[in-house]
Amino acid sequence: MGTKAKTHEPSHPPTRLTGAEIVWATLEGEGVTQVFGYPGGAILPVYDALRKFPIHHTLVRHEQGAAHMADGYARASGKVGVAIATSGPGATNLVTGIATAMLDSIPIVCITGNVSSKVLGTDAFQEVDITGITLPVTKHNFLVNRAEDIAAAIRYAFQIAQSGRPGPVLVDITKDAQQATADFDFAAAKPRPHRPHPMLKVEEQGLEQAAELIRNAKRPVILAGHGVIESGAEKQVYALAERAQIPVALTLLGLGGFPASHSLNLGMMGMHGEACANHAIQDADLLIACGMRFDDRVTGTTSTYAPKAKKIHIEVDPAEMNKNVKVDVALVGDLSEVLERLLPRISGRDGSAWLKTIDGFKSETAQRDIKNLADSGHLYAAHVINDIWRITGGNAIVVTDVGQHQMWEAQYYHHERPRSLITSGGLGTMGFALPAAIGVKFACPDKEVWVIVGDGGFQMTAAELATIVQEGIKINIAVINNGYLGMVRQWQEFFYEKNYEATPMVSPDFVKLADAHGIAGLTVRTRTEVAKAVEQARSAPGTYLLNFKVEKEDSVYPMVSSGSSLHEMIRRPGK
Amino acid sequence: MHTFVAYVEDKPGVLTRVASLFRRLNINIHSLTVGRSERAGLSRLTLVCEASAEAGHRIQASLYKLENVVDVDDIAQAPSVTRELALIKVAATHRSRSNIFELAEVFRADIVDVATESLTIQLTGVESKIEGLIQVLEEGENHILEICRSGKMTMRRGHHTSGVLKAMSTGVDEPAEQDDEPVEDGAAEPE
Repeated sequence: MGTKAKTHEPSHPPTRLTGAEIVWATLEGEGVTQVFGYPGGAILPVYDALRKFPIHHTLVRHEQGAAHMADGYARASGKVGVAIATSGPGATNLVTGIATAMLDSIPIVCITGNVSSKVLGTDAFQEVDITGITLPVTKHNFLVNRAEDIAAAIRYAFQIAQSGRPGPVLVDITKDAQQATADFDFAAAKPRPHRPHPMLKVEEQGLEQAAELIRNAKRPVILAGHGVIESGAEKQVYALAERAQIPVALTLLGLGGFPASHSLNLGMMGMHGEACANHAIQDADLLIACGMRFDDRVTGTTSTYAPKAKKIHIEVDPAEMNKNVKVDVALVGDLSEVLERLLPRISGRDGSAWLKTIDGFKSETAQRDIKNLADSGHLYAAHVINDIWRITGGNAIVVTDVGQHQMWEAQYYHHERPRSLITSGGLGTMGFALPAAIGVKFACPDKEVWVIVGDGGFQMTAAELATIVQEGIKINIAVINNGYLGMVRQWQEFFYEKNYEATPMVSPDFVKLADAHGIAGLTVRTRTEVAKAVEQARSAPGTYLLNFKVEKEDSVYPMVSSGSSLHEMIRRPGK
Repeated sequence: MHTFVAYVEDKPGVLTRVASLFRRLNINIHSLTVGRSERAGLSRLTLVCEASAEAGHRIQASLYKLENVVDVDDIAQAPSVTRELALIKVAATHRSRSNIFELAEVFRADIVDVATESLTIQLTGVESKIEGLIQVLEEGENHILEICRSGKMTMRRGHHTSGVLKAMSTGVDEPAEQDDEPVEDGAAEPE
C-alpha cells in the first residue's frame, strides 16, 4: 500500500483529558501533522484544545475546500487527509468533497461537531443528521456521544480509511462528548485487526491460467488504473510490461503509474483517450486489468468492448469483479501482492509483431495530434498545457479541475511517476483543483505544484485563494479561460446542434481577482507569450496566476460518445 | 429473487446502513426481517431482493464492505427452510364465521381473535401457502380488512457454517468435519 504514517505514542502518558483534547491526542498518535477546517459552535471545544498540540490547522473559506484539501493531501502523500467542520451547514458543505473521495477511493477522515446528545433529534440550531446524509458516500461513519468513545472511533476511522479499498470516513462528535472528560489511552483505543474482505481470492489455478493466457497471447494489453498507485505496484507493473513486452494503457487516475516516456506506454484510454490505446484494446486478444474497474468512461458501450479479448482482472474490491465487464480470470487481491506471485511465472516473450501494429496506430494518432498541428496564431489549451509540461520538465505535481482542460492535461502533460497527477475522476467535481492543490502543497512542500483549471471550475472555489495567502504557500495557477462551460458546450456542439444553453460564461478578470488577494498574475493571449509567462510564474517567489485566454470553441478529440464503441471515435477534423 | 441471510452487529443504525446500500445499488428490497441470533451481539437478517442472477455476487460483496456486517450467505437454490408469518383480519359475522373456520382448518391456520364483526387468522408457512389462503379468502367474497406479513425467514437445511462464522466460533459445539462450505464468491469460471 502507499506510505502510511507510523502511529506512535503521543507525548503525554495516559491521562484524563476532555473529549476535545482526546480528538487531537488521537490524531497526533495517528501521525497527523496537518488538518484543514473551519470552526463553528458545535466544534468550538475541539478548536479550543488545538493550541496544546503540535498539529497545524489551515483555515479554509468553505468546508468543501477543507474536504478537497484533505483529499489532495492524501492523494499526494499516500497518508490519510483530515478535515474538520462544525455541525449543520459546516457538515453538509463537506458532502461534495466526501463523495469525491469516495468515488476515487481516497483515504480521508472528516471530523464534525454536532449538537449536544441531549438535544439530538430535535432540529436544534445547526443540527443535521450528517451520519445519515453521508451513509452512501462514506466507507463508514460514527456518531460519538461519549468522551470515552472518541479515541477508539477515530482510530477505527483511520483503519477503515486505509484498509482494503481506501475511502472516506466521517466521525461526528456531539458537543457534550467534546466537553466531558475521560481517560485517554492511545494504545488501548486500537481497533481489532482489520478483517480482510471474505471474498478475496487468489488461487494457484487462477495464477496459472493468467500466466498461460499471457504466454499464448498474440495481442495483449495491460490496463493500468488507480490501483497501481494505491497499491504501490508500479514496479511490478513495469516488470510485467518489460519482461513480457506488453503495451500499457492507462485510466485517468492511473496516469503516472507507468512512465509516459516508455515506448510501451499507450497513454490514456477511453472516452477522451488516445486513439492508439483504444484501437489496441478493441483489437487485443488479452487484457490484463490491473487496479481498474472498467468504468464507463473507459469502456464505451460494454456490449462491444474488447470483443476479441480474454480478460484477466486483478482487483482488491470483490464487488467490482464482473460488475461492468465479464472477465475470464479473476484474481481478487492486492495488486502488488498478486503481481509478485504472478511475475515468477512470466518469462520473456517476443511481442514485436503486435508492437509493430501498435506503432502504426501511434503514428496515425500523431498525424492528427494537435501538438503537431500549426496553431495559425490561435492559443489552444493543448499547446499551453504541453508547454507547461516541457518547461517544468514533467516534474511538477499537476492538480486539475474538471472539464476539457482536464482531458487536455491527460493528453498533453506526460506523467512519469505516481502521485504527480491529482484529479477528480469518478465524481468529476468542478472546484476540486484549487483547494486540492493546497492540500498537495502541504503534503509535498518542496515540489512544484501547478493548478490547471477552467474558468468555470475556478469560480466554484476561488475563495480558497485567501487560504493560499493566509498560509503563505506557493502554487502556480493556470486558468484555461475560454468563456464557456467548455465540456458541456462541446456536448451541445456535437449532440444538441450547438444549442449553447447556459454555457456561455461571463467571468471576472481573474488577474484582478488574484491581485485583490495579494496574488500576482498575468493574462496571456498568444502562443508566443506562453513560455515567458510560465517561467515568470515559476520563478515568482509567491503564488502566481496565469489567465490563459484560449480558443473559445475548441473541442477535445478523440471522443467516444455515449452509446458508441471504443473504436468509434469522433476524430479531429482532418487538416 | 435473491435471499440473503446476514449476521450483523446488534448496534444502532445497522439496519439503515443495509437499507441505504440497497438504495445505492438501485435494488428493490422485497422483504427484510431481523432479530436476535444464537450469537451474542449479532443479529440475524433475512433479506429478499429483486435483482438479476449475476447480481448476487455483487450484492454479497457489497454487504461485506459494510463494517457492521459479519457474515453474508447467499441462499440461492440451496436446500433451506423458509417461513413467514401472516395475520389476516377478515370481516365476519356469526353467519359467515364457520365458513372461514373451515378454510382455516384446511390451511392449518389458527384463529387468534374473534369479534362481532371480524376475526383474525394466523398462518405460518411458505409464501405460496400464505398467498393461497389470501386468494381463497378473496374468492369467497370475504372482505379482508387487514393483512400483516412478517417477510421471510430462512435457514439452510442440515448443519452449515460459513468459513467466516467458523473463524469466529465462540465455543458453540461444531460437529467434526461437517459441511465445511466456504463462502461462495461467484468469481467467474475461466473458459
